[in-house]
Amino acid sequence: MAESTTVKRERLKPPITNVGVLGWLHTNLFNSWYNSLLTIVTLIVMAFLLPPAFQWAFVDSLWNSSAEACRDIDGACWSVIPNNIRFIILGFFPSGQEWRPILAMVLLLTLVVYSKERSRWKSSLLWLWAINLIIMGTLMYGGIFGMPVVETSQWSGLPLTFILSFFGMIVAYPLGILLALGRQSNMPAIKTLCVVYIELIRGVPLISLLFMSSVMFPLFLPEGVTIDKVLRALIAIILFTAAYIAEVVRGGLQAMPRGQYEAADSLGLNYSNTMRLIILPQALKIVIPPSVGILLSVFKDTSLVVIIALYDVLKTTMVTLSNPKWAGYSRESYIFLALLYFGFCYAMSSYSRKLEKELHTGH
Amino acid sequence: MKDLQMNNKTQKSNQPIIEIHDMHKWYGDFHVLSNINLQVQPQEKIVICGPSGSGKSTLIRCINRLEEHQRGQIIVNGIELSNDIKNIEKVRAEVGMVFQHFNLFPHLSIIDNLTLGPIWVRKTPKKEAEEMAMMYLEKVQIAEQAKKFPGQLSGGQQQRVAIARSLCMNPQVMLFDEPTSALDPEMIKEVLDVMIDLAGEGMTMLVVTHEMGFAKSVADRVMFMDDGEIVEQNSPDVFFDNPQHERTKLFLSQIL
Repeated sequence: MAESTTVKRERLKPPITNVGVLGWLHTNLFNSWYNSLLTIVTLIVMAFLLPPAFQWAFVDSLWNSSAEACRDIDGACWSVIPNNIRFIILGFFPSGQEWRPILAMVLLLTLVVYSKERSRWKSSLLWLWAINLIIMGTLMYGGIFGMPVVETSQWSGLPLTFILSFFGMIVAYPLGILLALGRQSNMPAIKTLCVVYIELIRGVPLISLLFMSSVMFPLFLPEGVTIDKVLRALIAIILFTAAYIAEVVRGGLQAMPRGQYEAADSLGLNYSNTMRLIILPQALKIVIPPSVGILLSVFKDTSLVVIIALYDVLKTTMVTLSNPKWAGYSRESYIFLALLYFGFCYAMSSYSRKLEKELHTGH
Repeated sequence: MKDLQMNNKTQKSNQPIIEIHDMHKWYGDFHVLSNINLQVQPQEKIVICGPSGSGKSTLIRCINRLEEHQRGQIIVNGIELSNDIKNIEKVRAEVGMVFQHFNLFPHLSIIDNLTLGPIWVRKTPKKEAEEMAMMYLEKVQIAEQAKKFPGQLSGGQQQRVAIARSLCMNPQVMLFDEPTSALDPEMIKEVLDVMIDLAGEGMTMLVVTHEMGFAKSVADRVMFMDDGEIVEQNSPDVFFDNPQHERTKLFLSQIL
């Protein structure tokens, strides 16, 4: 309709400095004298640093050779990775049983990818996760279907990292929601309890919790009773993460307009139904991006279990480097490890950004 | 709409459905409502008007305990409102409320917005609740939007959905808190038409509004509030043509 009533006016092309490569360069790199200066300085620094780095990593490097061959080169010895990949990724898991942790990880990652689609977010997905976690646990521990038992002390490497972060996150989330609701409660006892818990946990570093779980906690147990070390670390991570999730969820709850509570109240819905059906579905949607952020930091923080002698993927890498044969190649190993972490974290954060965009445009 | 009237369980006909005795309310030290006395008979339609800040919204929000009163009595449908949450929920189930800003649940489709109350409060089977929801959507002439989400509807449509949502609970009283104030002018009529229909069917209604045309044509009683008090109440003819109180005259001269 608008087209028929308005007279067509001449459409001009934008000025050349605003579009295309030149326009991009102008707006992003040379839009003022100090930005131009920064651009030039940065280019000079890069000219000095990049070629030698490239030379080291790609030209003078060896990718799949013996340790001896590496002694004769100036470049990177990437061979340390393929030669030790089995130990770095799977650690002390008994040989011959490698398929079990690998299958468990594949299952987990498949489910993560499957869960990305918002249209699949139904209650059945929760069941799928529950079942998957049980299968993962069974695969790792064994003891049935002819799989020999693998004690948790032998769980190590990447599967351990995954177990600590994903199990930790999944158990911590409902706990965090309860804490957030408790913190908003009208009942003073519950409210105080939740506030004290959250502030206490947020006030101490994860390392101290891990130490407490591995050193102090067993002192309180009766003689002869031991709780599995991995489980203790997992509990520490869960308790720690729950406090952070509680604060994130609380932010979501506070973002809910009063009108939503009032509308639910005026229908006569009780508290639990109001929360379950009206408030939490909306509040949790708001806090998905920061929740992914927490998952990300949990994933990275699990490397702290090194200090209580659990062999996560960082520790297995360090063990590899303590082998005199490969001792000199820590740079290569840590770069590999950094890329491994970065790959997972980047995938998670870009997913969270995508989700954020979708949720903003959605209802 | 015979079934609607049947649902309006008009008990003993002289029994007021809402009774408010000497009710006072404070926000901190601020005395918002003072000495409110009000009796509402079944099927009565009351329009409450007054300048902003006069306490008219607060008054109707007290009736379903969205606001707490500190002194006096409010008895709705034979149940006195106190801190007893079970009683409050019972009263709320019988009292529908329509808000200025609709307050639909944005994450639920229109039909789910409507069936939520019946399913979880009245324990109505889902299928039955859906049939009833479709009936009320039909009634507010918006049935074709049932599968959409609130964000996809215009303000007028959303407000009609909100009315239908309240009706699904088969309430005995409907409270309207400035239902047309947030609407664009061209949408006000579609909402008022629904309310007029509803009044014609014998619903007990308390309406806070500035739509004086609606008050004249629908109300049994028009109430003027100022500074937390009921200043004057009368039948619309008397109220508009021959207001008794100076403050009422001043108010009417400003808005008419």
